[in-house]
Amino acid sequence: MSAKGKRTPFYELHAKVGAKMVNFAGFAMPIYYRSIVAEHRRVRSSVGMFDLSHMGEIEVRGPEALQFVQKVTTNDASKLALYQVQYSAMCYPNGGIVDDLLVYRLRDCFLFVVNASNIEKDFQWLQENLEEDVEVKNRSDQTALLAIQGPRARDVLAKLTKANLNGLGYYWATEGEVDGVRMLFSRTGYTGEDGFELYFPPHYASQLWTSVVEAGREYGIEPIGLGARDSLRLEMGYCLYGNDIDRTTTPLEAGLGWITKLEAKDFIGKEALLDQKEKGIKRKLVGIELENNSFPRKGYPILLDGKQQGTITSGIFSPSLNVGIAMGYLPTEASALGTKVQVEVRGKMVEGRVVKRPFYTYGSHR
Amino acid sequence: MVPDDLRYTKKHEWIKVNGDQGTVGITDYAQGELGDIVFVELPTKGKKVEQMKPFATIEAVKAVSELYAPVSGEVLEVNSQLTDKPELINSDPYGEGWIIKLRIEDPSELENLLSPADYEKLIEEEEGH
Repeated sequence: MSAKGKRTPFYELHAKVGAKMVNFAGFAMPIYYRSIVAEHRRVRSSVGMFDLSHMGEIEVRGPEALQFVQKVTTNDASKLALYQVQYSAMCYPNGGIVDDLLVYRLRDCFLFVVNASNIEKDFQWLQENLEEDVEVKNRSDQTALLAIQGPRARDVLAKLTKANLNGLGYYWATEGEVDGVRMLFSRTGYTGEDGFELYFPPHYASQLWTSVVEAGREYGIEPIGLGARDSLRLEMGYCLYGNDIDRTTTPLEAGLGWITKLEAKDFIGKEALLDQKEKGIKRKLVGIELENNSFPRKGYPILLDGKQQGTITSGIFSPSLNVGIAMGYLPTEASALGTKVQVEVRGKMVEGRVVKRPFYTYGSHR
Repeated sequence: MVPDDLRYTKKHEWIKVNGDQGTVGITDYAQGELGDIVFVELPTKGKKVEQMKPFATIEAVKAVSELYAPVSGEVLEVNSQLTDKPELINSDPYGEGWIIKLRIEDPSELENLLSPADYEKLIEEEEGH
């Protein structure tokens, strides 16, 4: 129970319940409290709570903020209504991905929620591309983030706020009081379940943790570590930066064409992506399901007819489906659903096939 | 506290010596580090293993790891319960979660292993960084 790294405002609470800590993206974070599998199942069946304070929050404000957001992100932020949230990406001029992120349209600014591992890089990237009348502020250290996820998440949060949760749609945010603390919260998440993400000043961390535990007690709420966060997102086929996407992959290759608005607007990377689209996308991120009791891991080779054609970017034995599931890039001509592949698992060939993402289709979000 | 009737490897395996036979497993610290164990690839009976060479593979949810033989010898028995219940290693690493029994080829190899006190020191060091 010790790990080097920056501490989130929940650190002492993790220590108190004996979390297994690891260094993740420079932060000391809980990988699990009890068991990755048990925590995973708790989120799928009822509700769990996550310390996500390692994530980065960057504010973009100023008269030209919208134009700037349009320039640096791939999705169309002009479509965002006040308090609406959008999944998006930032690209380099060559189309490689700087980061994937959430964009919130708030009253006086846009809020970017970015990956912990990319906070400094993203902030620097935004500053390098800054325009007049736009200001970016890294608010990561002044922001605690607590997620409540699972089919009972709404029941838990409803006990702590008067806000109308039924009126809060998926990928919408609001400002209101939770447990007497005024904050921004949204109906968002990375699990495939219904859920909320709460943003508030770090000194309320202890109070809110305790209140959420209390409110969730009747539903069996428990804290969930990064291990289950990873298995939950992978069952949904969601990309993880550093695994499935990075500066060497483009949104089009990663199946993120739906957040890449090539027709609607100009943005950094658009020329390269248009060019890639025109010439044909040579490889695609696919979902792979393996046969037997096999455990695909990042880095394992993917073969077609005995020849390596790709590499696993994320893999796990799915706790919900009880099969090995993975993602990886394959040549476009070999990426069709149903394509038979082999994955080399520790020197042995295991049969698999390309399947549709999400792998898990019974999630509670809609 | 680690059991005081066992010898340990630096890679977190234990061996319980009984005459010329030894029972081998992984330590409580090791199972905690690995987290949920979901599959164990066991050697076959009769296989010769060599001291500090891999003899089995453990798949945990978050990672895969090799197990290293505390001493050289022949595998006499494998814990077949682990095929259906690999989680026994998590719940009872020194008992029902044992992994193999082997015939100890050269008792002098036991000298290379850590005493309970030395093993505890090793864990403290690993936890400290």
